[in-house]
Amino acid sequence: MTSNPARDAGWVDPPPRKGFFTDTSVCIGCKACEVACKEWNAVPDDGMNFLGSSYDNTGQLGASTWRHVKFIEQPASTAVDLGLPRVGLPGQQDTGERTDFRWLMESDVCKHCTHAACLDVCPTGSLFRTEFGTVVVQEDICNGCGYCVPACPFGVIDRRIGEKGVTKNVGIAQKCTLCYDRLHDGLTPACAQACPTESIQFGDLDELRARAQERVDTMHDQGIPQARLYGADESDGVGGLGAFFLLLDEPEVYGLPPDPVVTTKDLPEMWKKAGLAALALLAGAVAVFGSGS
Amino acid sequence: MTTTAEPRRRRKGGGGERRMVPPAKFTSYYGRPVLKASPWEKEIPAYLFLGGLAAGSSLLGAGADLTGRPALRRASRITAFAGITVSFGALVKDLGRPERFANMLRVAKPSSPMSVGTWILTVYGPLAGAAAAAELPLPGVLGRLTRLLGRPAGLAAAAVAPAVASYTAVLLSDTATPTWHDAHRHLPFVFVGSAAAASGGMALVLAPLGETGPARRLAVGGAVLELAVERQMEQAMGLTAEPLHEGRPGQLMRASRALTAAGALGAMLGRRSRVLSAVSGAALVAGSACTRFGVFEAGQESARDPRYTVVPQRERLQRRG
Repeated sequence: MTSNPARDAGWVDPPPRKGFFTDTSVCIGCKACEVACKEWNAVPDDGMNFLGSSYDNTGQLGASTWRHVKFIEQPASTAVDLGLPRVGLPGQQDTGERTDFRWLMESDVCKHCTHAACLDVCPTGSLFRTEFGTVVVQEDICNGCGYCVPACPFGVIDRRIGEKGVTKNVGIAQKCTLCYDRLHDGLTPACAQACPTESIQFGDLDELRARAQERVDTMHDQGIPQARLYGADESDGVGGLGAFFLLLDEPEVYGLPPDPVVTTKDLPEMWKKAGLAALALLAGAVAVFGSGS
Repeated sequence: MTTTAEPRRRRKGGGGERRMVPPAKFTSYYGRPVLKASPWEKEIPAYLFLGGLAAGSSLLGAGADLTGRPALRRASRITAFAGITVSFGALVKDLGRPERFANMLRVAKPSSPMSVGTWILTVYGPLAGAAAAAELPLPGVLGRLTRLLGRPAGLAAAAVAPAVASYTAVLLSDTATPTWHDAHRHLPFVFVGSAAAASGGMALVLAPLGETGPARRLAVGGAVLELAVERQMEQAMGLTAEPLHEGRPGQLMRASRALTAAGALGAMLGRRSRVLSAVSGAALVAGSACTRFGVFEAGQESARDPRYTVVPQRERLQRRG
């Protein structure tokens, strides 16, 4: 039933596919995941910036940011007006300037796609599919061609910049490994281990998907119809995500693409068109020598 | 805050280009990009241009060899080898770890246009080199050997050359970069047209009038193909064609059209004028370079603006219902 990218990649009798289920509805924005990831993986400093975007001073996932907690401030919309007092003195006229408010928080990460464009386009074989169904860069092989960077439909992977000899792996593409080293020892990835609210859940993907569906059903029953799963559907454009999410608004609100498609889906047609164009050029070259003087 | 942004107003005095899609609202995370633009710099569009120039020149060189046009043959073979050498250097320089270039050769992956391209260049480069070596005034055995190999090497290079010219379109299109990906049905034809125009143009600059007939026809045919298909491409793309009109990529694409059209016209009219031929040829070469830099920069812009990611994907979801 569940696709098995590890087996498709040639692993014989691989272990169950591992993944993350990030339930954003219980994220408290503590950023313990960001810190744990950096500590365990020895990911270098990604800048000390003030971005003026709520509590998000991290910015985006990148070569030196493998977990990124996003903070979205929205006017809250309650389904039912409970007649509760609003901000201000009792009886004061509502000026209309203040509204109820809600915070959405989401710990973003590499999606470890079933059909991973970064892996498809990698010309050195540095990016590979692990036995756990995850996608990992072999840092001793990557030559920093940068092709994976524009190929990723989620803008996750990037080439590390910095001073050669000071920062490690400068010039090499880097991203979340789903703690490949920890998985070998049966450990939970650092971010999930550090998460105090179990917003980040690690486990066998089958089990996580079942648990996520149960959670979203419960939330719907509780009158939260906005709750939805992102990346849990294997029929989507990337074959489903190894790291998927429960969101409380449209994906683009969180900076996620609403309908990601792996670019290599169109590659057969691209090669066909390129072949036709090459033939056209060859035919043209023959024709220009065959006619006139 | 999450922003709901109106599309940007069109540049004033934009020559009355019509809006291709109705304005669309979209939501983003603080206006930040969803995608990452490629980390590639000017070396990559330079490579696209020089690779095309080299490929077209190998075709001209082989044709000139077979039809007895020694000056055209010499100019084309040398242009091809110089072009592919510089473009290969540019490719290596753009790597994050240039000293690991050879890691490209540890696999052959049809799913990676860069892997396929590396192998195409690995075959093509030495052949173009051997064809160019035959033009050098080498003495003795070495000279006899290079001259003996010149024709077979030149013909083999010409057989691979069309792939060198067209695969670079797949290289760009096989990404999530909206403008590059959405151009995938047309871009290979734009690029081979551009390659033909550049190589024909370079031959008009370098070769004497008496031998440039085929180069002239190749240049004009390439220019017409490029201009016509580029227009079709933009009409088929919708919103993601917009970066091709705006800002610096817009300037480059307008320059490309003007130079290519003027160069083609000059090439047709300048049959008897060495000066007009050379100037027209130079315009075609410059037009081809502008095309590659324009398409490259437009793609980079399309990745940096979340509008080009979110709006077309939303529309796709709505169409699906």
